[in-house]
Amino acid sequence: MSELKQELKEKIIEQLNLEDIAIEEIADTDPLFGEGLGLDSIDALELIVMLDKDYGIKLADPKEGRKIFESIDSMADYIAEHRSR
Amino acid sequence: MDKSFQIERFCHIRDNRILLNGETIFETDQTDFSSFIKAAYKTLDVDYSKFFKMDNLSKLAFMSADILLKNETEKNVALVLSNKASSLDTDRKHQKSIADSTNFYPSPSVFVYTLPNICLGEISIKHGLYSENAFFVFDKFNPSALLDYTNSLLHIGGTEKVLCGWVDFDNGKYDAFLYVVAKKGTFAHTTKELIRLY
Repeated sequence: MSELKQELKEKIIEQLNLEDIAIEEIADTDPLFGEGLGLDSIDALELIVMLDKDYGIKLADPKEGRKIFESIDSMADYIAEHRSR
Repeated sequence: MDKSFQIERFCHIRDNRILLNGETIFETDQTDFSSFIKAAYKTLDVDYSKFFKMDNLSKLAFMSADILLKNETEKNVALVLSNKASSLDTDRKHQKSIADSTNFYPSPSVFVYTLPNICLGEISIKHGLYSENAFFVFDKFNPSALLDYTNSLLHIGGTEKVLCGWVDFDNGKYDAFLYVVAKKGTFAHTTKELIRLY
């Protein structure tokens, strides 16, 4: 699980172009949106594409993302349970 | 009509250099655009985290505008930009991501930049502008068209200043020439002077 969390942090920084944030600065429990990493609605769509492309998870209802993308912890839990690749 | 307004200041970004009023304010040996603009961002102390999420055209327009508007207190500044390549560089990236139906993963963050006028929104958000804006696509830098449009905006009276010019990016090649037109300035706002400054 810790490998998956590390992988997610790397992917988020790379795919969302968070140039001024280092992996060490993202705690597993940090909120990804709002006052945490400050991600926006386009980033949320990018994360939905990432789930599909890298882990074979299609979100039928984008509103599900609200809970899944709360933190690295919640993302890793969801991916570990639902991944098909 | 042309002589009623003047150019306050102007900025060039081309050939790994940034110039303000003809004076070099940043230069680097970095030859690729992303290394160049990242080095400029750090050196010129831009401090705007959304910068790295922008496409190359928006980075180029944003950087030029930021240099010119950094100390601007007037908020009624219209934006009138133009180029040749429109958003073609980003359009190609998006097209590549949808070309293979078995590997069909278009990126939302690329797609949102598949219009050239998005860069005007980026500038407006950063500088809190709720002003008039327009983006024209010309075959080459077209000073007379920009001059006519800018003067008409200023004559109508709803605009105090206009940030205008040329911002073109395609296949790694970039060229920006932006200038601020106001009632008072240092250079004549004429087609002849624009050609000379460009």
